[in-house]
Amino acid sequence: MNTAVFAVLALIAVGSALGLVLKKNAIHGALFLVVNLGTVAALYLTLHAEFLAAAQVIVYAGAIMVLFVFAIMVLIPGKEETGPDPRRPYRVLVVPVAAALLIELAFIVGAGRGVASAPAPAAGGVEVIGRLLFTDYLFPFEVTSVLLLAAMVGVLLLARRRAS
Amino acid sequence: MAPDSWYLALGAVLFVIGVAGVIARRNPLVIFMSIELMLNAVNLTFVAFGHRLGSPDGQALVFFVMAVAAAEVAVGLAIIVAIFRLRRRLSVDDLAAMRW
Repeated sequence: MNTAVFAVLALIAVGSALGLVLKKNAIHGALFLVVNLGTVAALYLTLHAEFLAAAQVIVYAGAIMVLFVFAIMVLIPGKEETGPDPRRPYRVLVVPVAAALLIELAFIVGAGRGVASAPAPAAGGVEVIGRLLFTDYLFPFEVTSVLLLAAMVGVLLLARRRAS
Repeated sequence: MAPDSWYLALGAVLFVIGVAGVIARRNPLVIFMSIELMLNAVNLTFVAFGHRLGSPDGQALVFFVMAVAAAEVAVGLAIIVAIFRLRRRLSVDDLAAMRW
């Protein structure tokens, strides 16, 4: 049963990722990415990471994709990739590079298959993660808040119109 | 329950698709979305490893990756909008000012 769920979710995830890369229109790509992020959230649920599934939907599928769709609508692309590609010989290189990387990763994943899995899966509840964030990961947590503040100030500076 | 190595394989496939998107596409917005795809693939492997080792550390790391990704998207999109204001075009092939 769970294997079937995983198979369906994996198919949707790979298909939507391919749609993002292959579709010419950027807004179609953004919608494919939303599907992909939702599928990954469902995969988190199958791994008993409920908090991350919720955070994934809120942060990625919510906030980040709204930003993306907004930027796509403002910048009106879609006509940018229709003309002939002057650098096509370079871009064809993507096929061997991606194939080599895939083979490499398949080798690594295949090499770790014999390792025995842990007996008891940990709970992925908010309590466990929250406790961890405020004890072991307290310093990274604070640094993250500084990073978000810096990003906010930087964005305001970049988006400001020059006073002429 | 599907084996954890399947999740790792799926993460690897999604990561490779993201790499292909970064290399093959010309629109900086699509390249950005491909980077998000790669980040998500790595997040999936983090959660799969955390599940396998029975520790919540993997999920805590994913939490930080999400925060950094949010900051990165905000700054990156602001830079793209600034470039678009300057040039009225949006193709990475035009952005060769810092090329050696």
